[in-house]
Amino acid sequence: MKVSAIITLKKDVLDPQGKVIHETLDGMGFNSVNEVRQGKYFEIDVKENDPKKAKDLVEDMCKKLLANLVIENYKIIETQ
Amino acid sequence: MKSSVITFPGSNCDRDMDVALTKFGFKNKMIWHNDQELPKSDLIVLPGGFSYGDYLRCGSMASKSKIMNSVINFAKSGGLVMGICNGFQILVEAGLVPGVLLRNKYLQFICKNVHVKVDNKENTFFKNLDKKVLEFHIAHNEGNYFCTNDQLKEIEDNNQIAIYYCDQNGNTNDQINPNGSIKNIAGIFNKEKNVLGMMPHPERMIDESLSGEDGSIFFKNLLNNIK
Repeated sequence: MKVSAIITLKKDVLDPQGKVIHETLDGMGFNSVNEVRQGKYFEIDVKENDPKKAKDLVEDMCKKLLANLVIENYKIIETQ
Repeated sequence: MKSSVITFPGSNCDRDMDVALTKFGFKNKMIWHNDQELPKSDLIVLPGGFSYGDYLRCGSMASKSKIMNSVINFAKSGGLVMGICNGFQILVEAGLVPGVLLRNKYLQFICKNVHVKVDNKENTFFKNLDKKVLEFHIAHNEGNYFCTNDQLKEIEDNNQIAIYYCDQNGNTNDQINPNGSIKNIAGIFNKEKNVLGMMPHPERMIDESLSGEDGSIFFKNLLNNIK
């Protein structure tokens, strides 16, 4: 089954790319933006049909490789 | 004295490091990342470069490569490990030194000479160094050192900050900070001070006619400290 993981920067971590995107949006006329934070999205197809086991597996991946927990948070979403 | 330089796919300062270590008297071996075992070494170096194309996060893939189990065991048993630039990024991803290296504050790749202040000489890397300020070279896109407030307190309490970006007189301030690093941190130790990660490249300053000699001072001193 497919499981997705969204990795986002923690609140206190500077995100210069997000800031530049915000400024560009501002320059394009999107003046109602308060803040932009850029993150990562992973779609992982695992050989596992039990949703709980699949999510646990991807959570383990997040902790060990996909996210760096000093600066990032992860969120796991069951997609299929 | 024996040293080993690990080559990862995408390392590009590994041979420079080999030249530097050999020039100052180390018997150096180049080790491929897929090897499992390290040869007997007094010093392991993780070189600069762009291991795995900087995919995911700089150093994250390399930190999980086969040889790293041996490097981690070597470090945990007190062996000397030095990570330069991408090597520093690999060390933080492997959890051998605290913190992370974020994208440079102004989103620019920085390639220039900088001065660094050596603050802590009670360790094998900088003991007996007769200069307080060294001129090294930096070339990186992700050198913005970051850690949590709790980590910073711990790092400071344990004197783990190895070098700071500074001006030529040793003053540290925001104007001289090239990449946004917390407290101008350019390099840090693990708690036991046998693992050093730093962004600047001493191996690029080993020839007066090409660049400068402060790298020579660093390597000569390091060799004497290990002897």
